[in-house]
Amino acid sequence: MRHALKIKLAAAAAVAAVAVGPIALGQARLAAPPPQSAVEPRFVLVAPGERPYRAAGEFTREGRPVDAPLVTVRLRGSLAVMQRQVTAGEYAVCVAEGACPATGIASDPARPAVKVSWRDATAYARWLSAKTGRRYRLPTDEEWAFAAGTRWRDDAVAVSDTNDPARRWLARYDAEAAREEIDKEVRPVGAFGVNENGLADIAGNVWEWTDTCFRRVRLDAAGRESVASESFNCGVRVVAGRHRTYMSDFVRDPRSGGCAFGVPPSNLGFRLVRDDEEMPIASRMVAPILRALRADRG
Amino acid sequence: MLTRRSALMGATAAAAAMAFADRADAAAEPVAKAGALRNLPRHKVELVAPPFAHPHEQATKYGPRIVEFTLTIQEKQVVIDEDGTKFQAMTFNGSMPGPLMIVHEGDYVELTLVNPPSNMMPHNIDFHSATGALGGAALTLVNPGEQAVLRWKATRPGVFVYHCAPEGSMIPWHVVSGMHGAVMVLPRDGLKDAAGRPLRYDRIYYIGEHDLYVPRDENGRFKTYESAAESYPDTLEVMRKLIPSHVVFNGRVGALTGKNALTAKVGETVLIIHSQANRDTRPHLIGGHGDYVWETGKFSNPPQVDLETWFVRGGSAGAALYTFRQPGVYAYVNHNLIEAVELGATAHFKVEGEWDDDLMRQIAPPQPIPAGRLQG
Repeated sequence: MRHALKIKLAAAAAVAAVAVGPIALGQARLAAPPPQSAVEPRFVLVAPGERPYRAAGEFTREGRPVDAPLVTVRLRGSLAVMQRQVTAGEYAVCVAEGACPATGIASDPARPAVKVSWRDATAYARWLSAKTGRRYRLPTDEEWAFAAGTRWRDDAVAVSDTNDPARRWLARYDAEAAREEIDKEVRPVGAFGVNENGLADIAGNVWEWTDTCFRRVRLDAAGRESVASESFNCGVRVVAGRHRTYMSDFVRDPRSGGCAFGVPPSNLGFRLVRDDEEMPIASRMVAPILRALRADRG
Repeated sequence: MLTRRSALMGATAAAAAMAFADRADAAAEPVAKAGALRNLPRHKVELVAPPFAHPHEQATKYGPRIVEFTLTIQEKQVVIDEDGTKFQAMTFNGSMPGPLMIVHEGDYVELTLVNPPSNMMPHNIDFHSATGALGGAALTLVNPGEQAVLRWKATRPGVFVYHCAPEGSMIPWHVVSGMHGAVMVLPRDGLKDAAGRPLRYDRIYYIGEHDLYVPRDENGRFKTYESAAESYPDTLEVMRKLIPSHVVFNGRVGALTGKNALTAKVGETVLIIHSQANRDTRPHLIGGHGDYVWETGKFSNPPQVDLETWFVRGGSAGAALYTFRQPGVYAYVNHNLIEAVELGATAHFKVEGEWDDDLMRQIAPPQPIPAGRLQG
C-alpha cells in the first residue's frame, strides 16, 4: 500500500507541473520530493485535464448581478491533493508545537478538524511545510473543482432581471432554501465515501477553505471583463463543499440568521495540496486563473 | 419513596382543593345553559398551527356567540436548532407557540383543555384576556388523563398571551418549555386607525418568540434528557441566571426561514402578531416598517404609525400592520441583533411583485474607488 503510493507519487512528480491555467508558468522546475515523513498524510494525484468551472465571486453585467461565466479551466500537471481532510489530531500537534491557534472545543482526534478559520488552516500549512521541507498550501477554488470532480456543483442562479434586483434575490433565496440540509456532527474519516479521484469526504458535512480571494467583476454588455473592472477582497476567501460560499478569513463557526440567507456550511475544515515543484508564489495564486478565464472567452 | 414524578404531580392535589368548580356538574354538563347564554349560537373552531391562523371574519355583522376551542397538551422532544439540539418541550396542541385563537369582542371562549394520559405532568392555562381565577388557571389544572372546560367572556379587544401556570417554579419552567400562545379579540367592526377608519389585512401571521434555557455539560455542549422531568433541575439552574441559550421564533432556529419563510405580495397588507410570554422583545422588519402598530396589542388604543422597531413587553402580545411596497427578501427580527443572529430570533418574508425604482435604485454597484478619491 505504502509502496504503491510512493511509486505513484514519484511517477507523477516526474511528469508533472502542478499549475492551473493554460499558460505555462515560467521558472517552474522539477524538484524531487523528499522522502515522506511520519507527519505527512497520504496524497493522491489528480490527473491533468480540462473541466467546466463557474468562476467564484460576484459578477455584474452592465451594473446588474449575473452568474459568473461558465468557462473551461485546465489543470496542466498532476495535482497532489490530501486524500482526506486534516484531522483534529493532526491539527492538535501543530497547536501543541505553538504554530497553530487553539480553536476551542476538543473533538475526536481521528476525525476531521473543524472550527478552523482560513488563518488557522494556512498556519497549519506553513507549519507542515517547515516541518517536512515540502511546500503545502490550501488549494485554489479551481484546483478544488478538479479534486472534487463529479462532486463539484454549479451554483448558477440563472435568473438575471433587467431592472428588478429582487427577482434574482428571490431566485437565489429559493435555491439556497432548497439545499438539502445536513447536520453538523463530524463523522469518522471516509464516512462520506471517496470520489472518482480517490479523495475522501469531498462535499460531506465539512466544508473546505480555499486560497481563492473573493472577487467582484464587472462585465460589459458583451459579457467581457477587463482588469480595471475587478476588485479583490482577500479578507474573504472562497469556501468549497456541497455548495460554494464566501467567508471572512477569521471565521471558524459559520452561522445564518438576521439578513443572512441560505444554509451555511455545517463545519469549516480543510485539506492541503502539495507543490511538487518550485514556482513563484505570485504566479500560482490568482493570475493564472484570470488568464484561464480570459483565454477561454477567446 | 418520593420520585421526581410524584413530586411534580403533588402540585395537583393542592390546586384541586383550591378549585371551586362543581366537577360533577362540569363533567355532566359542559355546555352553558344558564340565562341568555343558552340562546347564543355556537361555533366550533379547528385550530391551525402557527405561523398561520384559523379562518375568521375581520369585522362581523353577527352578534356575540360561544366559540369552542380544544387544546390538547403534548409533552414531547423537539429539535430547536441546526445543530440538532434536542429539547424537552411542553406544548399546547404540539406547536411552539400554541395556536392563535381568534374571537370578537363580546364573544364567549369555551375552551376544552385536554391532558392526555401519555403526559407526565399536570398543566393548566392562564388567559391574559380572561377575567378572574388567575386567568382561568385556578379552574383548569388537569392531571394526565383529565380534561377541563372553561368559559370566559372576551371583554377587551386586543391580542393577549395565554400560558400554562401550574404553581411555583413550575410556572416559568412550563412557559419557557413552550407552553404559551395568543388570543386575538377583534373589535366586532374590525381594526381601525386613530381616526376610526377601518383597517384590513390580506394575510395574518402569528409569531411566538421563545427564550429557551438549555443546560450545557462540562465541555460546553448542550445536554439531552430522557424527559422534561429529567431536565428540570439543570434547566432551573440555567433559568435563574436569566441568560437564554436560544431566542427563537416559533419553536426553533429557522422555523420561519428558507422553505418555511413567510410570503406576501407587493400591495398586500399583512398583520403580524408577535407574542412573548416571558421576556421583552423588539420586533423590526428589515427593509420595511410598521404602518400601524399596536405595541401593547390592545385595539381600543389608537395604533402608532410609521414605526421602525416596536417593543413587546414580556408577558404580552403586539400587533403590527404593514403593506409591502417592494419585492424581495425581508428579515423580521428581534432587533437585539445578537439574539436575532446568534441566538436565532429571525424570520424571513419573501415578497413577490414589481420593483419600484422611485422608492429605491442602485445608482452605482460596488466597484473600486476611483483613483483620485483615494488621495488626500
